[in-house]
Amino acid sequence: MAIRLTVNGVDHEIDSEPETPLLYVLRDELRLNGAKYGCGLGQCGSCTVMVDGQAVLSCLMPVTLLEGREITTVEGLGTIDAPGPMQRAFIEEQAAQCGYCIPGMMMRAQALLQADPEASDAQVREALKWNLCRCGTHMRILRAVGRARELMRQANAAAVVGRAG
Amino acid sequence: MTEHAPSALTRRAFLAAGSGLVVSFAMLPPAFAQEGGSAPAPWEPKLPGSLSNDPFLDSWIRIDPQGGITVHTGKAELGQGIKTAVLQVAAEELEVDPHDLALVTADTSRTPNEGYTAGSMSMPNSATAIRNAAAQVRILLITEASRRLGIQPGALRAESRRVIAPDGRSLGYGELAASLDLHVEAVPDAPLKRPESFRVMGRPVPRVDIPPKVTGGVAYVHDLRLDGMVHARVVRPPSPAARLLTAETAAVEAMPGVLGTVRDGNFLAVVAEREFQAVKAMRALADAARWEEPATLPDMTDMPAVLRSLEHEVGTVAESGSPQLPADARRIKATFTRPYQIHGSIGPSCAIGLTDGDDLTVWSHTQGVYPDRQAIAEMLRMPVERVRVIHAEGSGCYGHNGADDAAADAALIARAFPGRPVRLQWMREQEHAWEPYGPAMVMEVEAALGPDGRLSHWNYDVWSNTHTTRPGPAGALLPARHIADGFPPELPQLSITRSGSGDRNAVPLYTIPNKRILWHFVREMPLRVSALRSLGAYANIFALESTMDEMAIAAGADPVEFRLRHLDDPRARTVVETAAARFGWPGEALPQGRGRGFAFARYKNYAAYFAVALELELDRESGNIRVQRAVSAIDSGEIVNPDGIRNQTEGGIIQSMSWTLYEQAVFDSRRVTSIDWASYPVLRFASVPSTVEVHVIDRPGEPFLGTGEAAQGPTAAAIGNAIRDAAGVRLHDLPFTRDRVRAAVGV
Ligand code: FES
Ligand code: FES
Repeated sequence: MAIRLTVNGVDHEIDSEPETPLLYVLRDELRLNGAKYGCGLGQCGSCTVMVDGQAVLSCLMPVTLLEGREITTVEGLGTIDAPGPMQRAFIEEQAAQCGYCIPGMMMRAQALLQADPEASDAQVREALKWNLCRCGTHMRILRAVGRARELMRQANAAAVVGRAG
Repeated sequence: MTEHAPSALTRRAFLAAGSGLVVSFAMLPPAFAQEGGSAPAPWEPKLPGSLSNDPFLDSWIRIDPQGGITVHTGKAELGQGIKTAVLQVAAEELEVDPHDLALVTADTSRTPNEGYTAGSMSMPNSATAIRNAAAQVRILLITEASRRLGIQPGALRAESRRVIAPDGRSLGYGELAASLDLHVEAVPDAPLKRPESFRVMGRPVPRVDIPPKVTGGVAYVHDLRLDGMVHARVVRPPSPAARLLTAETAAVEAMPGVLGTVRDGNFLAVVAEREFQAVKAMRALADAARWEEPATLPDMTDMPAVLRSLEHEVGTVAESGSPQLPADARRIKATFTRPYQIHGSIGPSCAIGLTDGDDLTVWSHTQGVYPDRQAIAEMLRMPVERVRVIHAEGSGCYGHNGADDAAADAALIARAFPGRPVRLQWMREQEHAWEPYGPAMVMEVEAALGPDGRLSHWNYDVWSNTHTTRPGPAGALLPARHIADGFPPELPQLSITRSGSGDRNAVPLYTIPNKRILWHFVREMPLRVSALRSLGAYANIFALESTMDEMAIAAGADPVEFRLRHLDDPRARTVVETAAARFGWPGEALPQGRGRGFAFARYKNYAAYFAVALELELDRESGNIRVQRAVSAIDSGEIVNPDGIRNQTEGGIIQSMSWTLYEQAVFDSRRVTSIDWASYPVLRFASVPSTVEVHVIDRPGEPFLGTGEAAQGPTAAAIGNAIRDAAGVRLHDLPFTRDRVRAAVGV
């Protein structure tokens, strides 16, 4: 039976078995690369995506539970030619070594900053505690999220000014 | 322009275009040319970097008639930023923008054979070769333009893929290259651009691989989707010595999407149309398999004694003066240990295999496409030229992880499913249990202080394997050991080399009149081992620098000053002094439970210099340690990309913190039991320092020394030294887990 999924604002019909974790559907059926397989056990965060604005481990989430919900992956934050604030921040801070953990970090940080644009550095560390990086890129990841917070703030301010004008 | 060749050298390069071999012989240093008939390959002693193995310019740089320039490196991007650094050196010497260059990395059909991307050797080997080749290509282009325009080479300049004359006439690289033969041998001493005129080198050029990685581009072998691709999973034995008794495959083969199973000896795999179908089938197949599991593993709590008992022979790594400590000397004797530790890539190993007629292609995140090809061909008993291995990035590997094994798995399975690309992905538990580990080691130091307050004697004994069981031979591949007509692993041999392996950095760089360094060679390890970032240097430097600290205390000296007493090399001194000064060493007295530590090493004793000072907090109740700040200095020769050096060094410091504070593989008498991130904990954000500083010292005109592994050993020692400072106890056994810290501080 087909399952309807909304990913990055686009509707899809999926014919995977209902218990299939979202991660496999994103990667294999929808051919999205952002969410990564790291452990399949909910221990590393490399598969993190957003569901209705919340950070979710897609390796544990059966696709059948996601009908009608808004799924966002790193592809939904911008493109290589027009990167969104979170992506720009990671590029500007050169916050990657191998980069494998990075999309998961970005999605968790995005969820945090969308919910709380003023989240403190301590809150950022706390939020990221679910995500592992093996290359030791932590310091840069923290800097990049700080920069993303700034870029998002500026974008919001510009939007407010735009509306007021 | 000044950095272009003085005309004699240009002429030499011009000659090289016509008769490379002759020139290469003519370039030999006199001493060499006089040697008898048994001289090694003629270019071997002199050509810079990997040019010594592959001297032809067009192996490295090609220019098509339209002016498209392609750079070829046999090294692989491992997340260390090598692509960007290689493009920088090539762009610099070719006088083009890095964006004007296409880059081809490790591929047995397209690039030179540069062995492994390992040992921090990509800059010394590949970037050095490419820089020299690029400079010589530029000289050839200018020489050709000179001929065509009738203008002295010295009056021409290269810029933006053109050679330009003072009168404004210019010729494009493409049209010049069309009449040039770049299949000529490099010369050993072509002039390079001088640092004053650098446009691209020495700058923090952004990494070319990062934008796709943060926007969901195809960045890893995991992301490749070939037409008709199917998904495979292996079912590994439950323990290293297990033997497969029976496996009922019929029910598994009837599962949805399953295309079939592969069984060969102890090798078991399943293939399905979709990935999650393969995962489910793998689980079902694991349930259907029955194994015999002999108890073959030693008691892990007794590893030091086990390693000593496995000693196979003893090699003398270095010896000078007398090993006899004077009876009345102030002395210290201590034993240090390091457990098995894992690479633990965040993305488990993955590969794609495709059998097409008699040919096999494998996409792999191997560190060595050529040796991997050799091993796979041997395992499949097929001609090596029918196998092609193409590098595609993986998750960071930090040495020899499961990459080659996964490539071999994919190759074996692909043979059974010809015509369909087979994507094989390891599961987390498989990566943890089956990758080759960084070897457990024991280090014993006995040192004495002379009446002058300097070290007089240093006896050091290390029990270690070679740390390298990489492919080349098929027996290095896990599935090759598991198949019915399989290949046993080759036994490593003791060999004392300049780089060292298990004995890497066992010899102190410090001036000590009497020393003896012995390597008690352990040939067969209870668990499979291979290269983990920095090999033996991590543990040897930990033992060495911990002991240096104790000796400083015994001498009543400041640890930084004590190290400087024994360091003659000015670059070593600069690194030590820079780290100390930037940290504010020694600083004010610290409150209870806080401590500072310092450590230094020159990696391999001939590569990058690195020193680090750090401050940490030790909670006596919980045994928890948190490093608050680390300040380091590194000298890895001439800088190509300062941000790349900082990035890798920050990573090395943090990774070493993780190894040092948390990490050890655990096992019982049959099985490895650390099979996920819960049973093998690593550093998390909560324990990351507040600041990590890396000060990069530039050495314009000096050789590239490589960066990736310099921080591992000193960071471990600096943590141990800071714990000593904080709590007055010396920890000898890695890792410094909470339990060990609590036990040591005696709460
Ligand atoms: S892959 Fe989902 S948490 Fe690791
Ligand atoms: S950048 Fe490699 S795992 Fe985080």
